Formats: sequence, C-alpha cells, structure tokens
Amino acid sequence: MEPGDHLFRRESGRMVAALTRVFGVHNLALAEDVVQDAFCRALEVWRIRGMPENPSAWLIATAKNGALDVLRRQRTARTFAPELSRFLRSEWTLAPVLEELFAANAIKDDLLRMMFSCCHPRLPEPAQVALVLHILCGFSLDEIASAFVSSHAATERRLTRAKKVLAGSKRLFDVTAPADFSARLPAVHRALYLLFNEGYHGASAETAVRAELCREAMRLAALLLEHPFGSTPATCALAALMCLDAARLPARVDASGNLISLLDQDRSQWDQELIVEGLKFLELSAKGPELTQYHVEAAIAAIHASARRIEDTDWATIVSLYDTLMTMRPSPVVALNRAIAVAQNEGPERGLEEIGSISNRDRLAAYPFYAAALGELELRRGRCQTAGAHFRAALALARNPMERRFLDRRLSACERGDTRRAYYERFWDGRLGSFANSDPHPSRISPDSPAFSRE
Amino acid sequence: MSEFTYLYRGRDTTASPEQRQKHLQKWVAWFKELGAQGQLKELGHPLEVTGMVVKGNQKIVTDGPYAEAKDVVGGYSLIEAKDLAHAVEISKGCPILEVGGSVEVRPIMQINM
Repeated sequence: MEPGDHLFRRESGRMVAALTRVFGVHNLALAEDVVQDAFCRALEVWRIRGMPENPSAWLIATAKNGALDVLRRQRTARTFAPELSRFLRSEWTLAPVLEELFAANAIKDDLLRMMFSCCHPRLPEPAQVALVLHILCGFSLDEIASAFVSSHAATERRLTRAKKVLAGSKRLFDVTAPADFSARLPAVHRALYLLFNEGYHGASAETAVRAELCREAMRLAALLLEHPFGSTPATCALAALMCLDAARLPARVDASGNLISLLDQDRSQWDQELIVEGLKFLELSAKGPELTQYHVEAAIAAIHASARRIEDTDWATIVSLYDTLMTMRPSPVVALNRAIAVAQNEGPERGLEEIGSISNRDRLAAYPFYAAALGELELRRGRCQTAGAHFRAALALARNPMERRFLDRRLSACERGDTRRAYYERFWDGRLGSFANSDPHPSRISPDSPAFSRE
Repeated sequence: MSEFTYLYRGRDTTASPEQRQKHLQKWVAWFKELGAQGQLKELGHPLEVTGMVVKGNQKIVTDGPYAEAKDVVGGYSLIEAKDLAHAVEISKGCPILEVGGSVEVRPIMQINM
C-alpha cells in the first residue's frame, strides 16, 4: 500500500498534539521524542513488512503505547498534564483514559488546542507561524528555513525561543471557553493568513513547497470551520480568500516553472471547484456585522475569479475595495495593489501618480515587484528605456530563479519595445504587513515585525 | 546460488516526517526490484530495539545490546546471490546507506551433514 501524500507529516501533528495534551505542554519536548520513536519504529517495521492497512491508526496506536510506557516509567519523577493527573496516576484508569484521549475526535480537539496555543500573544507572528508549521504540520527546522528562505540558524533561534514560550505557558489553550476562544481567534486567523500568503506569494523557489504551505493553511482553516466557536463569519471570509486565491494556483506557473501573470493566465485552468467553494464561503461570511480584511480581500479575489476574461474585470470595484482595505490595514503593499488597479482602470499615468503618492514608499524599496510595477506602467505608456531600468532594478532584487526568469522576460519585452500590457498580480510581502505603526510599544506584537526575515 | 542475510544497522532519529516518508518509498522500491530479479529469498523481520543480554557463567542480565542508535540492528532479510561479491554489490542499493546506516552482509553457511 502506498502512503497518502504527506501522511507522515500530518500524523506527526496529530501525534504531537495528542501527546502534549497527555503529558502537559511543559513536556512538549518529551512528546516530540515519543513521536520520533514512533516514526523510527514505523519505518523499521514498514520497510520490511510493508505498510499496514491503516497507517494512521498504526502510528497513533504506537504513539499511545509510547505514552503508556513513559507514563508508567516516569510517573513519580515527572508531572504530566495537571488536569489529567489523577487519571494517569492509577493503573485502573490509565489505559482507558489514554484510549479516550487518542480517539480520532479527541485528537481533532487537540489539534485545535495546539493551534490556539501556538498563537500565543507573547510570540511574534512569524514565530507563531513557524510553530504552527513545525508542530501541527510536521515541517522540520530545515524545511521551514527553506520554505521561508531563511537561514538554518535564524530559524532555529526563532523556533527554540517559540517552543520555550509555549512550553512555559501553564497549560494548553482551553478551547471550551467561548470568551477565550473568540479573543484568540483573530491571532489564529492571522497566522493562517500569513502561512497561506507565504505559500502563495513567498520567496521560496519551489512551487511544490509553496503550494504545500497553501494547502496546510487551508487544512487548518478547515479544522476551525468544523468547530462550533471557530466557524465565524471571519473564518468563512478567510476560507473564501484561500479558496479563491488557491483556485488560480494551477494557472500561475507554467509547465517549465515560469511565473504567469494574472493578465496572461489561462483562466480555463483555474480550479472551478475551489471557486465555487470560495464563493460559497464568501456568502456565509456575510452573516453578521463584522467586516474584516479577509472579507475585503476575498471580495477582490471573487471579482477576479468571476471575470471570464481579463477585460471583464470590474477594476472600479476593486479600487474601492482596496480603499476599504487601506482604512482597515494600511500598508505600502496594499497601496501598491490599489495603484495597479487604478492603472488598469484609468491608464498607466494615473497608476504612476498613485504609486508616487504612497506614503512610506521607501519601505517598498527592497521588494522586487515594486520596481517591476513601475517598469510595467512605464512600459505601457511606451517609455521603454525607463521601464527597462526599473526591471533591471527589480532583477537585482529577485529572490529566486522563478522571479528572475519572469523579470528577465519583462526586461526583454522592454528591449523589444513590446508595450503590450502583461502584468498584474496581487502583491504581497510578509515583511511589509503594515506601515501604520512605527511601534511605540516594543512589547506589543507588531504586525510590522519582519515576517520570515531573510537573515 | 547462495544465501545471505542482510542485517540493517543504524537508526535515524533526526529525520523529518517528510524525509521518512520518502525514505520508506525507497525501501518499497528496492525490495520490489530485488523481488523482480529473484534475489529476495525472504523479506525477513524487523527487530525490536530493546532487548536483554545475558552474559557469562553468572548469567548477568543487562539491557541491550545497543547503547547507541547507530549500532541498532533494526531488522534483517534473506537474499540470494551468486557469491559474496554479488551479495555485496546488491546491498549497495539499500536505502539505509543514504541515511547513515549500514548493511552487514553475512553468508549463510552451506553445510552438508
């Protein structure tokens, strides 16, 4: 039998979540050790005897036995989850309680508990995302470093610190208390949003890795949607945004790994099922008075998704949605997106004007698609030389071969004098989240913090 | 044709789940290939990492035999090959070599009683 895609990674998250629930969050490292052991054992058996009928159940059972073993051996030396301790102490209750704790439904709650625990307010957002990826999605330190184009050392520091904070929190987040749940929910949304965007727009050269990040974010969002307190309009809006953006993934990169801009994408390749699902979530998100940035961004994605041809795009509405977004979460990247939409609607001169009036424009200086946007608009108004200079500047900032090839093609369009419009894509850079706060309170978590810094 | 055992030694305790899954697929492919070429006499068995060692006249029992992950024999298979050199050649395809492990190739004695 063949293991399903990323089965090991997924099971890693389930096992760590369940074991941490039993051992207590202070024993996170112990839980991770038991998981490593379970994997070693699985590999030793499966490589010779082949995969079992139900590999998930096999792994979970192995982790459960590992837990039993640890609990029996270390009962006196260690304290485990305080709220379970009286059940774990007695041989009479130990096995049946573990049986219950490792049931599929219990593990689902454990995943949610862990997701909320990872989004601890004492952790900066990038650390929250790294923790989620590491603990819940089974990404190793090196896999996280490579997905975020960050160094091993920097990722290790971030992860070690984050785990320390998590293990230092008294207990796992209580997902049964409605008030606490809704207070932490926005942070969870934000972490999943960042995870998704790092996949969608991030700097990693590997398309497959990035699609994986998107998929993981969607999987975790689905877990939220299943929970009675989790399926809020904002969660639906976030899910809508993810579906509608992810629908374009198949058309976004061609067979040879080249980035295809929104203007040139073969729209028949868009995933219609995801579009339908996204629109359904968008409708569900409209219940209630709350309007989040996810609502607005999903609405923008919906306009793109429902335009059969680029010419059918309702740019005026997109511009006004970006206006709304600017009032909610102002950032130079949002302003740049807005300026490009203006250019689509009213011509490149107006777009350049808008770009020129972006406050904190300097923060865009290191972002390759800022220079590329300038180049594109100059090219459209026929100033091929100026455009070429912008694209050369963008090329120097390109973060991976895919971006480099894309910008190279744009540069040669300038040199050929090919002024056909060719470029529109939503911009995103995790580092440029918001410019509203030059944070006066360093202790506060800043949405401005250099997400996934390329140290 | 002669028979050999392969003893698979070494335990990778640091691999990521994704690496393990890919690694497992290599084992599946390797055994499939051995089977197709008629070189796999028996898949063999995995061995528990833990065990006991009984030693000496005093029958001293200790945990063991392996103190370190790299020394652990995690299983064995039975292989058919022309001779030792051939068996060694085949063993070079074993995926355990890619993760710092080793294969011990031991001829099974041919005895005519």
